[in-house]
Amino acid sequence: MNLEDYHGVWVFIEEQEGTIAPVSLELLGAGRRLADKRGVELAGVIIGNQVKPLASTVFEYGADVVYVYDQTIFKDYRTESYMKALLHCCETYKPEIILFGATSTGKDLASAVATDLPTGLTADTTELDVEEDTGLLLASRPAFGGNIMATILCKKYRPQMATVRPKVMKALEAETGRTGKLVEEKIDIKEEDIRTKVLDIVKATTKKVRIDEADIIVSGGKGLGSEEGFQLIHRLAETLGGAVGASRDVVEAGWIEHHHQVGQTGVTVTPKIYFAIGISGAIQHLVGMKNSSMIIAINKDPEAPIFEACHYGIVGDAFEIIPLLIEQFSQALEKEEVNHVGEV
Amino acid sequence: MLHIVACIKQVPDTKIIKMNPKTNTMDRASAPAILNPYDAHAVEEAVRIKNRYGGTVSVLTMGPPPAVKAIKKCIEIGADEGYMISDRKFAGADTLATSYALTKALEKIQKITPVDLILCGKMTIDGDTGQVGPGIARRLDIPPLTSVKKVEEVNQDAGHIIVHRKIEDGHEVIKSSLPCLLSVEKEINEVPYSPFPNMIKAARYEPNIWSVDDLEDVDIKQLGLKGSPTIVAKVWAPPKPEGGKMLEGSTNEQVDQILSVILEKKELFDAKGGS
Ligand SMILES: Cc1cc2nc3c(=O)[nH]c(=O)nc-3n(C[C@H](O)[C@H](O)[C@H](O)COP(=O)(O)OP(=O)(O)OC[C@H]3O[C@@H](n4cnc5c(N)ncnc54)[C@H](O)[C@@H]3O)c2cc1C
Ligand SMILES: Cc1cc2nc3c(=O)[nH]c(=O)nc-3n(C[C@H](O)[C@H](O)[C@H](O)COP(=O)(O)OP(=O)(O)OC[C@H]3O[C@@H](n4cnc5c(N)ncnc54)[C@H](O)[C@@H]3O)c2cc1C
Repeated sequence: MNLEDYHGVWVFIEEQEGTIAPVSLELLGAGRRLADKRGVELAGVIIGNQVKPLASTVFEYGADVVYVYDQTIFKDYRTESYMKALLHCCETYKPEIILFGATSTGKDLASAVATDLPTGLTADTTELDVEEDTGLLLASRPAFGGNIMATILCKKYRPQMATVRPKVMKALEAETGRTGKLVEEKIDIKEEDIRTKVLDIVKATTKKVRIDEADIIVSGGKGLGSEEGFQLIHRLAETLGGAVGASRDVVEAGWIEHHHQVGQTGVTVTPKIYFAIGISGAIQHLVGMKNSSMIIAINKDPEAPIFEACHYGIVGDAFEIIPLLIEQFSQALEKEEVNHVGEV
Repeated sequence: MLHIVACIKQVPDTKIIKMNPKTNTMDRASAPAILNPYDAHAVEEAVRIKNRYGGTVSVLTMGPPPAVKAIKKCIEIGADEGYMISDRKFAGADTLATSYALTKALEKIQKITPVDLILCGKMTIDGDTGQVGPGIARRLDIPPLTSVKKVEEVNQDAGHIIVHRKIEDGHEVIKSSLPCLLSVEKEINEVPYSPFPNMIKAARYEPNIWSVDDLEDVDIKQLGLKGSPTIVAKVWAPPKPEGGKMLEGSTNEQVDQILSVILEKKELFDAKGGS
C-alpha cells in the first residue's frame, strides 16, 4: 500500500427521510479543520434515494466536494448495499481519512467497510487531530467505561477511519450559497443480491424527549431513593421547561427508560443548564454531560465527585431543595410576567 | 436443528477498576474478571431461541487461559458447548485481528456442525468498540445485523430470521437470510439466575481449547499485534474536571443564589415567561 496515493478528508453523510443527521454536520466542521491543516479537500459522501438535493447543505457546512450515490436501491439503510457504494467510492478516489457519526448506522457501516478494505477503525472518538506533515490521524477516545482516554493511530493503512460521538464536535455556521464540486456516481447492485430487507420502520410512539437537543436538563440519580422520589425530578423539569435525564443506576432500577440515560453508555448532552441531583458523579456519567455550559449539582454528600465537575454545588437534601426551587422559580416567573404586562 | 454460536469475552469489571494515579495505567489486578455483561444477553438470547425452536448453543471466546471461567458462566446460562482459542500469537489484537482470529475458529466449528446464527454482544465494557461482530460477519460473508433488540422469528426451513433493530428514534423490522450475525442490545432480555443443574454441569465442564496450530489456513500476519492496523499510542486519565463554586448559607439562601444564576439565562425562559 502506497500511503502517498491517498488524499482528502471525507465525512459519511447520514440521512433519514431527506434530513441530514446533526452529527454529520458536526463532522463536516471537524473535517474542515483537519483538511485545512493538511491542505487537502474535504468531501461529503451521500448515499440514499433522492438525496442529491442534500448536496447544497453539505457544501454550505464546509465540503469542497460531494460524492452522491442516488439510487432507489438505497431507499433503506442496509449494510450490504451502502457498504458496496462506499467501498466503490474509496477504491475510485482513495481518501486518507473517513469520519462517521457513532450512531447505529454509522457504526454499523464503518465496521463493515473497515473490515473489507481492510484498515483500522477507531471507535467512539471524542477528540480528533492530524499531524500536518505525515497526515497521521490522532483519534482519542474513552475506553474501559470512561476510566481512561486513549489515542489510537493507524500508521500503515489507509484510509484512516473513525466513528465520532454525536455532540462532541462543532458544526460550522452554514455559509449560504457556498458550493463545490458535485460528483454523481452509480453502482450496479441488484435487489436479489442483498440478503436483508427492511419490512417496516417503526417510530417511537411515546413522544420521546430528545435530551440531546434540550437546553435545560434536570437529571436525577439513585439519591432520589425510589421511583416515587424520582417524580420530583419530573416536576422540576416541567417547571423549568426542561427535559429529564438520569444516571444509569436509575435506568437499571427501572424508574425511567433508557433513552433518558446520560453518559458513556447513554446519551451525550450539551445543554445550557444541567442539573445533577442525587447523582454521585461517576466518570461514566461525567463523560456524557461535562460539556454542558452550566452544571449545577445537588447532593447531600459534600465529598461526592460530582462537586469536582460542577459550576455550582449545593450540599443538601434533594427532597428539601427541589420543592423550594420549584416554588421560587414559579414565583419568579410570575413576577416577570407581571413586569412584561406592566411594560406594555 | 439450529446451531447457534455466541461469541463471548472475559473483561475486567470496569465499575470496580482502579487507576494508578502515578502511572495513569489501570491496575488490572484490582478488578475482578467477569463475563462481558452484553455477552450474557447474547448467550441468554441464544438459549431462548434454542428453547423455542430446538437446537444447540455453543459459545466461543478468544482469551488467556483464565477466560475458561467466562465459558463456564455461559454453560450456567444454558449453553451446551464451549470453545476457546488461546495463544500468545493472538495477543494485542485490535478489532480487525480479533475478528480474523474468531472467524478462523468459527470456520473450524462450522466443520464440526454447520452454524445457522451467530450472536455477539452490542459491545464489551473494556474496549467498547462494538466492531468485532460486524467484522466477523463480513469475513464470513453473512449479513451483519447490529443493535438488535428483539428476535421475532427464526425460520430455519424458509432460511430466514426477522428481528427488530434499534435506530435513533425507533426501530426497524428486518428480514434477513440465514446464516447471519446479530449484535444484541441489553434490552433484548433479562438474564435470570442460573438453574442449579446448569451450575453443576458448568463446574464439571471442560471446554475445547485450540491454539493457532489447531486452526486451518491461518495467515499469521493477520493475527495479534502484527495484524492490527490500529495501535494504542497513548493512554491517559481523563482530565479531572475543575471543581466549581460551592454555595454557602442556609438552604433558602442557596436556592436563591441558584435561582438568580439560572434566571440570568433569561433567553431560555422568555418563551415561557412571556406567554
Ligand atoms: C461500562 C459502564 C458504563 C456506564 N455507563 C453509565 C452511563 O452511561 N451513565 C451513568 O450515569 N452511569 C453509567 N455507569 C454507572 C456508573 O459507574 C455509576 O454506577 C452510576 O452513574 C451511579 O449512579 P448514581 O450517581 O445515580 O448513584 P449512586 O452512585 O448511588 O449515587 C447516589 C448519590 O445520591 C446522593 N444522595 C443520596 N440521597 C440524597 C438526597 N436525599 N439528596 C441529595 N443527594 C442524595 C448520594 O450522596 C450519592 O452521591 C456505567 C458503568 C459502567 C461500568
Ligand atoms: C484503550 C483501548 C482502546 C481501543 N480502541 C480500539 C479502537 O478504537 N479500534 C480498534 O479496532 N480496537 C481498539 N482496541 C482494541 C480492542 O479493544 C480489541 O480488539 C478487543 O479485543 C476487541 O474489541 P472490543 O473489546 O472493543 O470488542 P467489541 O467489538 O466491543 O465486542 C463486541 C462483541 O464481539 C464479541 N467479542 C469481542 N471480543 C471477543 C473475544 N475476544 N472473544 C469472543 N468474542 C468477542 C463479543 O460478543 C462482544 O460483545 C482498543 C483497546 C484498548 C485497550
